[in-house]
Amino acid sequence: MNRRRHRIRQGFGVVWVVGLCLLVIYGASAQAQNQPHPGGELLFAVPSEPPSYDGHREETFGLIHPIAPFYSLLLRVDPEDANNIVGDLAEGWTIADDGLTYTFRLRQGVKFHDGSPLTSRDVKASYDKIIFPPEGVASTRKGQYEAVEAIEAPDAQSVRFRLKWPSASMLSGLASPWNFIYKADILAKDMHWYETNVMGSGPFVFVEHVRGSHLVGKRNPHYWDQGKPYLDGYRALFISDTAARVAALRGERAHIEFRGLAPKQRDELVKALGPKITVQESPWDCILLVAVNHERKPFDDVRVRRALTLALDRYEGSRVLSQIAIVKAVAGVQVPGTPFATPPEELAKLAGYWQDPEASRQEARRLLKAAGAEGLTFTFKNRGIPMPYEPLGIWLIDQWRKVGLTVNQEVIEAAAYYQVLRSGEFEVAMDFQCGYIVDPDLDLYKFQSMDKNPSNYSRYIDRKLDELYEKQSRATNPEERKQYIRQFEQRLLDDEVHYLMTLQWHRIIPHSSKVKGWKITPSHYLNQQLDTVWLAE
Amino acid sequence: MHRYILHRLLLMIPTLLGVAVIVFVLMRVIPGDIVEMRFAEGRFFNQELVEKERARLGLDRPLWRQFVDWLWGVARLDFGLSMWSGGPIRHEIAIRLQLSLQLALMATVVAILLAIPLGTVAALWQDTWIDYVVRVFSIAGLATPSFWLGILMFLCFLIIFQWIPPMVFTPFWQDPWQNLAQMTWPALAVGYRYSAVAARMTRAAMLEVLREDYIRTARAKGLGQGRIVRHHALKNAMLPVLTVIGLEFAFLLGGLVVTEQVFNLNGLGLLFVQSVARRDYTLVQALVLLTASVYIVVNFGVDLLYAWLDPRIRYQ
Repeated sequence: MNRRRHRIRQGFGVVWVVGLCLLVIYGASAQAQNQPHPGGELLFAVPSEPPSYDGHREETFGLIHPIAPFYSLLLRVDPEDANNIVGDLAEGWTIADDGLTYTFRLRQGVKFHDGSPLTSRDVKASYDKIIFPPEGVASTRKGQYEAVEAIEAPDAQSVRFRLKWPSASMLSGLASPWNFIYKADILAKDMHWYETNVMGSGPFVFVEHVRGSHLVGKRNPHYWDQGKPYLDGYRALFISDTAARVAALRGERAHIEFRGLAPKQRDELVKALGPKITVQESPWDCILLVAVNHERKPFDDVRVRRALTLALDRYEGSRVLSQIAIVKAVAGVQVPGTPFATPPEELAKLAGYWQDPEASRQEARRLLKAAGAEGLTFTFKNRGIPMPYEPLGIWLIDQWRKVGLTVNQEVIEAAAYYQVLRSGEFEVAMDFQCGYIVDPDLDLYKFQSMDKNPSNYSRYIDRKLDELYEKQSRATNPEERKQYIRQFEQRLLDDEVHYLMTLQWHRIIPHSSKVKGWKITPSHYLNQQLDTVWLAE
Repeated sequence: MHRYILHRLLLMIPTLLGVAVIVFVLMRVIPGDIVEMRFAEGRFFNQELVEKERARLGLDRPLWRQFVDWLWGVARLDFGLSMWSGGPIRHEIAIRLQLSLQLALMATVVAILLAIPLGTVAALWQDTWIDYVVRVFSIAGLATPSFWLGILMFLCFLIIFQWIPPMVFTPFWQDPWQNLAQMTWPALAVGYRYSAVAARMTRAAMLEVLREDYIRTARAKGLGQGRIVRHHALKNAMLPVLTVIGLEFAFLLGGLVVTEQVFNLNGLGLLFVQSVARRDYTLVQALVLLTASVYIVVNFGVDLLYAWLDPRIRYQ
């Protein structure tokens, strides 16, 4: 009996030991699965193609996605936390007490892909090109750096930015994903060289670009961050048709598409591929706005503009539209979830954000009647791009119909659209803005008076708003800045209703589960250097 | 004959000049502007940027000057630079021409292999079940857009085989297998519709020829059906079929926009549409001239083939 018990106990012991071993092996293999390992070629689809290779002049993500991995920046948005800024070429920095001088210390031993060392001279030359472009050189975002007075390179490893006034957005401005660091010697010879050539110091080296087809990069073995990048290389596939991009993901011809897909396409991929696909989602720093032309009657009357925003049930719109379109969150002037965003309970106090849509619409009807605009008929101009302009346009027209307005939609071809907006030949029109980095200066810039910013298509002059913009921009204390942003938002969206916000875009990235080390951000321009990305077997 | 060829060649010049004028004017008349397309979405878009860029592209010069400069370049076969990419237009077209040409040739082969036997058989067995089958086949081909057939193929591959054709073009001489794995399916999708057009034309032409006196004479002489068809009927029935094939071939070189999108083919059709959407004036102008030239040359070639096929035709 005792021997039997002993055998049973022995048996249990063996099972226990084997189980423990299996657990250890499984744990080790799971851990190994989550450890970055080198090798492999990342295949990603890009819906559009870089017109030129010069990040300082172009505006399209079609440049950022395939070209950003060839370059280093001075600062970058943390790949792990989009609200945080970290050094890329900069090892560290100091800010003078008066906030007028930023000094950056550069990493030692960084080299361009041709083997030449990267020094502060290169950083200075690149930023001079961006902020003070010479005659004949287009720098599309130099307006972001109006505070910068001069850039200096006191020694080979230091760069100094001297400002005219303190700028709360200075660091995020220097972390712009467009600000590739070019080689000073090349720029000295030809300022346009980088439009047709690539020479950076980033994690990947340019191999080839076949126009309309693909672009290839290979691992930079001399990258400053030892051990990175993990990938042997990448191949950007230019696929303009959405259905073909989805098919590429489904047929595993591409691992990922970094811009974003619609909810229907996400569901289709998840259904077809199951665990082979991983989905990352985030609020997206893009929004469709409604520009109300203040120069056209009766839209010069704030009561009419207020009625237009009060007619919208944004919460119901969010619930319904997020199932079919790339929009979701109800938002103010900042992306929900980011440091300067207005909390939902505060937002609900603004006109058009009330939780009771009936009360809101009743007020809209009252205001229209008071303004003598009851039963108003007008034309709403929309841009000829299906997603998400089309569903949002239909939603807006339906919402306005509910307060007795008759709205005719006129869809204008994409290439001709901005001419219409700029000429002011419209009453109410869809407008758009998309951020390459979440930052109040960038997100509010558009809403300054039209003489300060020609992209203000609502065509108004509001000095109080301009003043608030300037105050928030110079407020280096985050709490103080937050207060100014709230006041700005209140005036823009409630008191004056210069513009109407629709719904925040929602970024959906379904990708192969093999892709690791890449985290979604609220902007499709960010986190594209690919140095942290690796492929699981 | 030589005078005729020379005459036709000289006639190409005013034709192409007319096309050049029309496309140049039309591109400038339609609303939209390449500078707006490129930069207007940006936050810091301003008039200074517009003017700088327009000057860089030469768009600030008088229209007549732009036209004369462009035409002078064309006369020297220098189409200039793409306003969008800044790359030489000759290069932009050359990298796509190879794919478009291969697709057009493959689709034409598919069409000829299907259309001529089917059209002939249908005519020989007119109003029998064979004829009905061929007619259903060809009407279905006419009614089915090639891009839709392409989408169906794509879905079948995905659902049944969990496979889709390669999405990057590999030249045939580099890797024939990879090349055919990509090009066969669009060639079949396009070739089917193309064959339907040609099969109906072959059938109609054969029916007409088979009723001709010389065919009756050949039969009375005791010639076999096969010999009559091969040597007397088919050759003469080919004239209208050749016209259709020629026109379709020219169309295929630049007109397969949606099919190219479905299969992600880097061809001339897609380039053309993208260039118009971006208002890349110089590239659109070059592509229209190229397409017009292809039509003119193909038509000219077809006319010359007429004379070879039908000895009664002689050009003076």
